[in-house]
Amino acid sequence: MENLYLMMAPLFSSKLLIVLFFGTLFGLILGVLPGLGPTTGGALILPFTMTLDPLSAIVLLTSIYCAGTYGGAITAVLINTPGTPAAAATCLDGYPLAQKGEAGRALGMATVSSTIGGIFSVVVLVFFAPLLAQLAYEFGQPEYFALAIFGLTMLASIGDGSPIKNLIAGAFGILISTIGKDFMTSIDRFTFGINELSEGIGFIPVVVGLFAISEMLTQSTLLDQVFKRITLKAVKLPSIDDYKKTWKTILRSSGIGSFIGVLPAEGGTVASLIGYSEAKRWSEKPEEFGKGSIEGIAGAEAANNAATGGAMVPTLALGIPGSATTAVILTGLIIHGVRPGPDLFREQPEFLYGIFGSMLIANIMFFVFGFFGAKIFARITLVPNKLLWPMIFAVSVCGIYSLNQSLIDVWIMLLFGVIGFFMRRYGFSVVPVIIGLILGELVEGTLRQSLVIFEGNWLMFLTRPIAITFFALSIIALIFPLFKKKTKI
Amino acid sequence: MSINTTKIISLLFFTFSVFYLYTAYNIRVFSFDENAPFNARTFPIYLGYAGMFFSGLKIILPELNTIKVDHKNLEYKKTAILVLIAIIYGATILKVGYFLTTSLFLASSYYFLGERKWSLIFLLSFPFVAAFMYLLHGVLDIYLRDPFLKLIGVMG
Repeated sequence: MENLYLMMAPLFSSKLLIVLFFGTLFGLILGVLPGLGPTTGGALILPFTMTLDPLSAIVLLTSIYCAGTYGGAITAVLINTPGTPAAAATCLDGYPLAQKGEAGRALGMATVSSTIGGIFSVVVLVFFAPLLAQLAYEFGQPEYFALAIFGLTMLASIGDGSPIKNLIAGAFGILISTIGKDFMTSIDRFTFGINELSEGIGFIPVVVGLFAISEMLTQSTLLDQVFKRITLKAVKLPSIDDYKKTWKTILRSSGIGSFIGVLPAEGGTVASLIGYSEAKRWSEKPEEFGKGSIEGIAGAEAANNAATGGAMVPTLALGIPGSATTAVILTGLIIHGVRPGPDLFREQPEFLYGIFGSMLIANIMFFVFGFFGAKIFARITLVPNKLLWPMIFAVSVCGIYSLNQSLIDVWIMLLFGVIGFFMRRYGFSVVPVIIGLILGELVEGTLRQSLVIFEGNWLMFLTRPIAITFFALSIIALIFPLFKKKTKI
Repeated sequence: MSINTTKIISLLFFTFSVFYLYTAYNIRVFSFDENAPFNARTFPIYLGYAGMFFSGLKIILPELNTIKVDHKNLEYKKTAILVLIAIIYGATILKVGYFLTTSLFLASSYYFLGERKWSLIFLLSFPFVAAFMYLLHGVLDIYLRDPFLKLIGVMG
């Protein structure tokens, strides 16, 4: 009961409500614009949150996460281009349905299923995050090491890309994490005499470079792209018949999305693809999928929004990001002096339940904004890329520079922008780099402390049941993609 | 021209991993830490080998879904110009200040990316940056050093 009260606290704080309002609005705009999205948007806005208190800053980021994930559906339905990667599966049925003159119905279903998926995942978050945190008290350094390894091996199954390419990108991220002072002995590593590198490579310049700047460079090659837009009259709430057809799909996809979200490193993209394929598998009319099936939209959208709360579970309970966007939120927590993990649940419940409550409100807010404003948000895509992306670059430079008043961060951002541009062009996902960068330090630190405990004997890992479980899951995570149909090796 | 760029990138990463491994072996550690089960160079050495392993695997294994990149159709010129403008922007921002460099960066980027309406170019550069700086200084309380604005007396 006390926790419920703590969850409702944001409703009684005008400051948090204003933050939620702008976070949801900003998230929707980011979600609608192809190439942006909650990860890039979160990274862009993170430096500007430094003047906010920790709760407001994280509420801003989480509301961007929830609304941005939904916002991708608007462009997926109206212009057949997913605003975010997580909305890719929504295009498959959303756009064909819109072509039949039922854009309002398609967006109505996307809005309702996203909201239900999002709220479902917040409930999962409220119940499971404290349980996981409780379990985490049993974790020692070897268990954390095994968990981090599990998180890294999960990179193999991100999206539909090649598992080995993802692992190469993940390894690259970990390599970057070793630049700077060794945290135990303060010995400089890979700094090549550059003093500014002693503190290591900042997470935010890398994220902004890999996501925003590389996207700007990619968009510079696609300036003449013209989107075929479908006119939207108004968003329509689903009919009773639509609800009858989809309620099972929405609930199933909400469960799938929340579960996928909880898995380290996975996120909305994987969740929506699985949610969509399961909706098709269980449907009485699978032949309608790809031709404007209302179940297809519900399956994909409920799953990707359900992944938002799910991904927050390991992020808050263990300090292991559940997705690329939660990696940004995790960085936000750290730079605001909040250390995620089991102690957070014991020491700062008002902070945690404030986040939970805000996510709940953000889901309701984006429902209202989406229902009444989808038509306006869709018009944002009319802003030409040649005007939009230079502005985003200027804002990025300002944010990155103001973070530490350091120009080296700006150069790092630009360098990673160019690296990300080539990675994307040649089929390497940039998400594993981010996950590798954030988990690298954890892997090294926990491995070192484990080996100190075990006096250098690696076989001692086999005496820890939880660690063995995670190692077994890691092997499955590595092998599983090889058996997936049409897997690229 | 079509080339298997994935293999080339994997080869580049393999070379990078070899260089990384070489540098990792040359990390200087304290003499008392030299024979410890884990010192400052242990993890980078493991990583170097892991990088070589994965990229080596990608080079050796056959490519099932080759991404064929037709370089004739790629518009690298605009990208290269954009990177060059960004480098000039980064190099001058500290000396000149955020307002002028950002406004000029935006105006030149719009132009090189194909915008020809001068009124729009102006409106979305100088006034846009002025409004953004007001938001930073006046609302968010984020300070950006700006010698140009200081020189003309706009900033203290």
